[in-house]
Amino acid sequence: MLKRVHFGTSVLPYLLLAPQIIVTLVFFIWPASQALYQSLLIEDAFGLSSEFVWFENFENLVSDKTYLNSFQRTAMFSFSVAFIAMSTALVLASMADRVIKGALTYRTLLIWPYAVAPVIAGALWVFMFDPTLGIFVYALKAIGYEWNHKLNGNEAMFLVVVASAWKQVAYNFLFFIAAMQSIPKSLIEAAAIDGAGPVKRFFSIIFPLITPTTFFLLVVNVVYAFFDTFGVVHAITQGGPAKATEILVYKVFYDGFVGLDLGGSAAQSVILMAIVIVLTVIQFRYIEKKVEYT
Amino acid sequence: MAQVLLSNVRKSYGDVEVIKGVDWQINDGEFVVIVGPSGCGKSTLLRMIAGLETISGGEISIKGTVVNKLEPSERDIAMVFQNYALYPHMSVYQNMAYGLKIKKIPKEEIEERVQKAAEILEIEDYLERSPRQLSGGQRQRVAMGRAIVRQPAVFLFDEPLSNLDAKLRVQMRLEIKKLQENLGITSVYVTHDQVEAMTLGHRLAVLNEGVVEQLGTPIEIYEKPQTVFVAGFIGSPSMNLINGKLDDEGNSIVLPEGGTVKLSKGKKQYKGQEITLGIRPEHVTLAKGKENGIEVKISVVEQLGADTLVHCTLGKGETKISDTGFVVRLSGIKTFEEGSFMSLNFADKHLHMFDAKTGKRIE
Repeated sequence: MLKRVHFGTSVLPYLLLAPQIIVTLVFFIWPASQALYQSLLIEDAFGLSSEFVWFENFENLVSDKTYLNSFQRTAMFSFSVAFIAMSTALVLASMADRVIKGALTYRTLLIWPYAVAPVIAGALWVFMFDPTLGIFVYALKAIGYEWNHKLNGNEAMFLVVVASAWKQVAYNFLFFIAAMQSIPKSLIEAAAIDGAGPVKRFFSIIFPLITPTTFFLLVVNVVYAFFDTFGVVHAITQGGPAKATEILVYKVFYDGFVGLDLGGSAAQSVILMAIVIVLTVIQFRYIEKKVEYT
Repeated sequence: MAQVLLSNVRKSYGDVEVIKGVDWQINDGEFVVIVGPSGCGKSTLLRMIAGLETISGGEISIKGTVVNKLEPSERDIAMVFQNYALYPHMSVYQNMAYGLKIKKIPKEEIEERVQKAAEILEIEDYLERSPRQLSGGQRQRVAMGRAIVRQPAVFLFDEPLSNLDAKLRVQMRLEIKKLQENLGITSVYVTHDQVEAMTLGHRLAVLNEGVVEQLGTPIEIYEKPQTVFVAGFIGSPSMNLINGKLDDEGNSIVLPEGGTVKLSKGKKQYKGQEITLGIRPEHVTLAKGKENGIEVKISVVEQLGADTLVHCTLGKGETKISDTGFVVRLSGIKTFEEGSFMSLNFADKHLHMFDAKTGKRIE
């Protein structure tokens, strides 16, 4: 009897779960399995036939210098974005934590960039740094620096990094300020009485206590830089000049849809998928660890 | 000589003044307790001495130096917080050594001082543990240890025992008292707890709405409260306060609910004046005969074992549940019938009289 009560044959639970399951199946599982399958195929140049080649696509990638370069570039890009976005947010949050008057306005303004779509953010920076019209370029010229990210790969990289980081600052700021405000005031006061100045307090008390948040944000930021920056790159540099800003996620798009190497592109997505799975596992493993404020 | 001097100290937030001019001298080695109801400004006053709140007016000086503009760390003080404020990511040892390290005291000396403080507080075995592995009482000790190792001129305590359970609170209270006596460091202690206030300090300051109502030894305050507020605040259960009027001769007090209280020594100079009459529950006695007492109606009887508290209302009228009533404390277990009447006597020497308008004591 009891069993029947618990496992009744009602369709209601299935109905309620269906929308989420359908979305997951259609938009995540199906494309992912398609990519997995495709990564094992090589298609001819006209898309008329394809051949099952096991792991040849992956073997090609591993020996492909441009891919390895892109990998290196992406690592550099991700860590720069994460570092800039997080350190800026940290500085802003530690300042906002001390602000009393107008704190709400200040915070609201700082959160705004998060609501800006990646492509719009990219467009914004493109305008500001446009070699012919950009206001910053004009300012740089005044101090004798010739800016042209359309020719100079380093400048292009710098621009993409800054634009991507700028968008992520708001998100990081929110988490940092929440973490800081959950530290009891009396801890900071005790440290002040112990003779620690604001800087010393930050490094010896506040920073260690927000480590869990910092770690969480590090993972989130790296994931963001790896996967969500396509729009920014596409709007600002399209991966150029001379592939200088071609990060992995952009290369997937470029090789697949411009270069029409569907198999190779699929293999790249599978590698990216593996990376994001690993990062997510790390995040879930360690994010549960919380600091207890006595 | 670690004297703490407060002269006309004021604090306001915008238009709201929370500390309204406090003048006060705390002597070297003295243990002073600030007591008052919540929101009276007692913690604010302590935090102003510590340097955690700015001072809107007046002067605070420690060891003869005006500290108004000094940082907390430059005031030579140590503070124990209500929630202990231990650094959760550091071991007990690191917690205690933190302030000393910042002061760049040599490592050997830090070790020696921490070890010594740990011995005094009996926490040597926990030095390597982290605060979260400690019980409330142990954390409290570490917090005190952190204060002791700094060898400050003044200790500040901000309700340090209110997070502990009742039994531990009694124990820690005694320990703090002993510790302060042994170290002889000037201490200021904030509490809302009557017993802590009465037992800990050499002197007691009763604070109400930002004003020091009375400053004196605990016994002075108990025996001769200077205002109605102090009379009602100190003592548990609190003093019975009834309105009355001195008769035209000044020889007895007429109560509006009926009954008179005869005074052995007349107060001619106050004749005819409205007063507030105060009598502590423990000083009320049962009258032998009906004629020389005040008749009351018993509403509730609480037997505490050692004492019996009898809540009654003055006069014979109908009693409402909201009547604050009149409390009598009798020692031992006594039984009374609720709703019946009895007559009470007050000894003259235990009577307190206050001006009904100003609330000031009348001698």
